Amino acid sequence: MTVTSGEAVADKAREEASGTTPPDAGGRRLDPGQARRAWWLVTPTVVGLSVVIIYPVVKAMVMSFQKDEQLDPTTGVFITGGPAGFSNYTHWLAQQCGTVSCPTGNLAASFWSTVYITFMFTVITVVIEVTLGMWFAMIMNKNFRGRALLRASVLIPWAIPTAVTAKLWYFIFAYDGIANKLFHTQILWTGDKWPARFAIIIADVWKTTPFMALLILAGLQLISADVYEAAKVDGASAWQRFIHITLPLVRPALMVAVLFRTLDVLRMYDLPAILTGGGGGDGNDTTTLSILVVEQIRAGFNSAAALSTITFLIIFLVAFIFVKFLGANVVETQESQRKGK
Amino acid sequence: MPLKRMALAGALAVSLTALAACGGGDSSSSSSSGDAAANLDSRGPITYVQGKDNSNVVRPLIDKWNKAHPDEKVTFKEQSDEANVQHDDLVQHFQAKDAGYDVVDVDVVWTAEFAAKGWLQPLTGNLALDTSALLPATVQTATYNKTLFAAPQATDGGMLYYRKDLVKTPPKTWDEMMSDCSIAKSNGIDCYAGQLAKYEGLTVNTAEAINSAGGTIVGDDGVTPTVDSPEAATGLGNLAEAYANGNIPEQAITYTEEEGRISFEDGKLLFLRNWPYVYSLASTDKSSKVKNTFGMAPLPGMDGPGASSLGGHNAAISVYSDHKATALDFLKYLESEETQKFFITQGSLAPVLSALYEDAALSKQFPYLPILKTSLQNAVPRPVSPFYPAVTTAVSDNAYAAIKGDVSVEDALKSMSDAITAASQGQ
Amino acid sequence: MASVATAPASSAGRPHKATSPLVRTLRTYLGVAVIVIWGLVPAYWMVVTAFREVDFTFDTAFYPTHVTLDNFTTAFSTKLGNHFGRALLNSLLIGVVTTVVGLLLGIFAAYALSRLDFKGKFVLVGFILGASMFPGVALVTPLFQLFTDLGWIGQYQALIIPDISFVLPLTVYTLTAFFREMPWELEESARIDGATPAQAFRLIILPLAAPGLFTTAILAFIAAWNEFLLASQLSDSKTAPVTVAIANFAGSQPHQEPYTAVMAAGTIVTIPLIIMVLLFQRRIVSGLTAGGVKG
Repeated sequence: MTVTSGEAVADKAREEASGTTPPDAGGRRLDPGQARRAWWLVTPTVVGLSVVIIYPVVKAMVMSFQKDEQLDPTTGVFITGGPAGFSNYTHWLAQQCGTVSCPTGNLAASFWSTVYITFMFTVITVVIEVTLGMWFAMIMNKNFRGRALLRASVLIPWAIPTAVTAKLWYFIFAYDGIANKLFHTQILWTGDKWPARFAIIIADVWKTTPFMALLILAGLQLISADVYEAAKVDGASAWQRFIHITLPLVRPALMVAVLFRTLDVLRMYDLPAILTGGGGGDGNDTTTLSILVVEQIRAGFNSAAALSTITFLIIFLVAFIFVKFLGANVVETQESQRKGK
Repeated sequence: MPLKRMALAGALAVSLTALAACGGGDSSSSSSSGDAAANLDSRGPITYVQGKDNSNVVRPLIDKWNKAHPDEKVTFKEQSDEANVQHDDLVQHFQAKDAGYDVVDVDVVWTAEFAAKGWLQPLTGNLALDTSALLPATVQTATYNKTLFAAPQATDGGMLYYRKDLVKTPPKTWDEMMSDCSIAKSNGIDCYAGQLAKYEGLTVNTAEAINSAGGTIVGDDGVTPTVDSPEAATGLGNLAEAYANGNIPEQAITYTEEEGRISFEDGKLLFLRNWPYVYSLASTDKSSKVKNTFGMAPLPGMDGPGASSLGGHNAAISVYSDHKATALDFLKYLESEETQKFFITQGSLAPVLSALYEDAALSKQFPYLPILKTSLQNAVPRPVSPFYPAVTTAVSDNAYAAIKGDVSVEDALKSMSDAITAASQGQ
Repeated sequence: MASVATAPASSAGRPHKATSPLVRTLRTYLGVAVIVIWGLVPAYWMVVTAFREVDFTFDTAFYPTHVTLDNFTTAFSTKLGNHFGRALLNSLLIGVVTTVVGLLLGIFAAYALSRLDFKGKFVLVGFILGASMFPGVALVTPLFQLFTDLGWIGQYQALIIPDISFVLPLTVYTLTAFFREMPWELEESARIDGATPAQAFRLIILPLAAPGLFTTAILAFIAAWNEFLLASQLSDSKTAPVTVAIANFAGSQPHQEPYTAVMAAGTIVTIPLIIMVLLFQRRIVSGLTAGGVKG
């Protein structure tokens, strides 16, 4: 085989564009040796995840079926709550406090609005980050003087630890801060509903677009110039080239980036916790699910474990939909993908 | 079909590991307490746990102790500067029954919670502590269920900072202060601010407003809500009304201690409710425009001084400690006159010993001490409740909405009361 | 052949239709300017604040005023209990180990997932992704209890092992995505020439995948560098990373926020990362061309 990598990718692009299936290069099928090798390769990952993530997750899930400690009114001491069945779950989902619906000021009362806010943050930030990240990556991918500096400066926001970033933006968005001074505004960035939300969105987009851009850039690197040349010869416009060549070819990297960003924003904690404390608007207008979890942990872990499990299920559902409708499944081998979904 | 398989994958992963976890130890929800009768007389090295030592007072104190007690050395474990992180760190270590946390510094509002969880050693019998020389309100914060669980070691009370170049005599009542707001208006500055951002400071300010108007938040048991009352409505109503008519500027809803202090030092604020720490900064900060033109007064109330909320910290002995006799000696050391004097002179930490407020030399150095004493004499601890985390959410969530005018004061207090009830039922 | 392969990837924007080279260059630099401003302006504010006297923390002059180095001294002042120097080393150690191990395990797993067919693959994929779905804030308590039982609190492994697990889902997924795009035909041909699978992978595929590998390494390193939540509970003063050290900064008075010292610390921790990016940035983009020559 004397084909260059560039041509190989170009071939692939053409195949994908035209939808034809090439002859199966590997001709691989399930064989026991391969499976054994595969399991050896993945075992360290599985063990690592099991100890540090799966074990605590399952432990939390088990605890979510226990009541939180109750105060013994005669001794004034907390005693074990006993089995809870699904009551910790109905507490959140149905916003039930005992037999009545939860009053404002109880954490469960803001559960559904928190779900909405979390999703709102996720959709807005991910959309902006993808758009900006794509644009950044395409510029970073060009050849020009000083692009090393560009790459470094793009990464700066992301290299600053979140704890510092949040303080920095808190400082910028203070009423007497630099943002209001710069734009001659008197916006209550951490007090009013939408300004508070946008403060968080701006800070998050600023911080994590580099993550997007870097992943997309790596994807772009895999596209050979030849592909574009061929398309140009065919008379494709810049936009057509973007839609028909760039997008399909960076899609795997892009999808990984979008998937992980989505999972991360759905669990976002530090930024809103430090910037607004979940406040703004009616007092809970920037509360995310993770903030709710933390506040509940302080009041009782078992109920917080139930909320965490609910959050987990919500995120699982999102990931599932993601794979189903956006084809974010990156793990199929080339062969199985070509065999058709 | 990869999709079905993926769903299956998730379900399988969960159920597989669920099996694994069943053997994986008990849930930590059991409230097994350490033995409060053990290690009472035992002595030896201990660890003292406290949040960030801002002004470097703890380290020299411990050095001094260690010189005098070579066999009972104290190790200092310094926590974060963030109160929430301190709280969560203590909870983790108590839950793990860590004998390595012998003496812990707890915020006044955590004392009841930790005591009810059975984590704090009751200071009775052999470990009894004489509290007669202390300010009564500080002892109250360390007392749960009629038992003393901690030694007050530093206190903090709210005071009113005002511009003495603009206001001749500081307002004694809330209504007087509101009528003084015309002075602010004619000088083109804002009138009053406290800590109204949605965080613990809002609970402090709300509690002060309610207590000053004669209301209370919870009953003596720390559990039953008493906040749905006309007095509480007057108190919270004062804040809501002032916010609505602009006596409290709009941006004050984003203020914590620092933003208010900066605005005051910048000359943009006539009255500020804040803690004693503002005194030294406002009079020495190079950026302060009010160095010589600000004064301090007790918080305004209904018809006299208002009721301050109590801040500050108590030192408690962990039930899991192996050397409780040494720990008790260390608590006494923290409360000694010498240490308390060192706290105020080196760290601006308000003393818990009443006598020090009469000390002429100290009052000369810290002119706010007599005012703070009035404040502390009228102080009401924030709800001493084992459910404090839930209670403070109930208070701050509803107060925030009421002050912003999103709900009526009456509705807010009703929800506050209901949410406290829900909290006491473990919801 | 070589000429094709070494052609800069940037030829994507070669002249087409009416756009003149000058306009294109201008457009590129305009884009560059926007990105640089976007990335640097808020960071600039961090640096300006870092050099400002603490008394003037809230000064809003756009340029440096009341310049001082005190904040940096404060950040490193062990007398005030700020062990920032040690924290930097801790973070470096934790970050490097996490990156190396995470990348290695990630390469193994990603190779299996992208190249080998085996039963249970989708269970595995769901399992790995599922590890990124539980709110991290709720993992702290069970992990603390587990590590207490193991006697790990305040030890490096209590920080490194969780960090590795947190970066694993991302590294596995990213590397799988990149491996899938590799021209595996080259590996096949190398094996026909007598190379073992491991040799073929190491000599042919890894160099080609370099951009993906370096990108993933940077992602993993920064993730570990930024981790705070677990570290704040699982470390002690000897093992605390920079994030925890910064959170432990305090003002000279209770209630006083140490913004300037935090900004100084933020400035310091960003520098090693910028150096790293400048060193590695060529690698991020050179993979395909380098590999093409070999092919």
